[in-house]
Amino acid sequence: MIWNRRAQVEEPAELEALDPVLQQSLAHFKASVHAWSADVESRPRTVMSTAPRVRRLAVGWALALLLGLGGVSGVLLKRQHREQLAQQAQQAQERQLEQQRELDAQRAVAQQNLLAKVESDISREVPSAMEPLAQLMTDDATR
Amino acid sequence: METANEMAAAEFSHVVVSHRPQIFRFLLASTRDADLAETLTQECFLKAHRNWASFRGESTAMTWLMRIAINLQKDHWRNRRVQFWRTTQTHTVDISEASDWLPSGESSQEQQLLARERVAQVWQAVQGLSERQRTVFLLRYVEELELSEIAVSTGLSEGTVKAHLSRALARVRGKLGGKR
Repeated sequence: MIWNRRAQVEEPAELEALDPVLQQSLAHFKASVHAWSADVESRPRTVMSTAPRVRRLAVGWALALLLGLGGVSGVLLKRQHREQLAQQAQQAQERQLEQQRELDAQRAVAQQNLLAKVESDISREVPSAMEPLAQLMTDDATR
Repeated sequence: METANEMAAAEFSHVVVSHRPQIFRFLLASTRDADLAETLTQECFLKAHRNWASFRGESTAMTWLMRIAINLQKDHWRNRRVQFWRTTQTHTVDISEASDWLPSGESSQEQQLLARERVAQVWQAVQGLSERQRTVFLLRYVEELELSEIAVSTGLSEGTVKAHLSRALARVRGKLGGKR
């Protein structure tokens, strides 16, 4: 801690008009700053190497790149997953439609068969309205 | 041509040697950060060296250099405010540490304690000043520049310098008065 004597020699003109306490405090303040500055200046200066800064920058860039890649791949994976889900849903829907079509076809065939059977049954039976005529035809034949 | 360059270089070297301590001291008191003051001082002289040819001697070399230093300091704080996301390392010295630098020797221990307390109070008051008030106060009471020199260094009118100085002094007086 050095007392800078220059502080007591030169003083701004308006200080004379100031009260002694303020005057003295300002002088002490000035001396304190001068001594502090002189001490800092007398210390050996260390030159900061640029290597750590470069390394920090490189690490920063690498991290930023990793984060960016992670973000992009995340988005891509999400998109791919969404596409897969949509594809699966479409396939399921197509399968359901196919099953429905098969069922409809089976039902149509069954209905057709039923109708054909009913038609053949009806054609074999003699209608009741024709019964007397059928009897007359048999009477004539016996006569 | 070669001789003129050599002369200019020699002249500039002389300016650096004679004014560097003052510029550094002002920046140290303004920032309370030795590393930052050192960096800004180097930047100041680098800038001065680049513009040495354009210095016409309209003001003194001291006020010209001080003006560069003040602008660099302003730019620094402005950049730090804007680049808030940056990891900024600050080595700002605590007020109590800054006020450790006190007279010793002839005064008694009691007087030293009182002086240290007053210096700390002045630092507290300086810390509370606006950037302009602090600059004007330090230039006047630490660097002992004339009002006209402060006006040239800061780019303010002498009247404005006086007003800032008066407010700064009132603040310091208030701080000292409060604990007297």
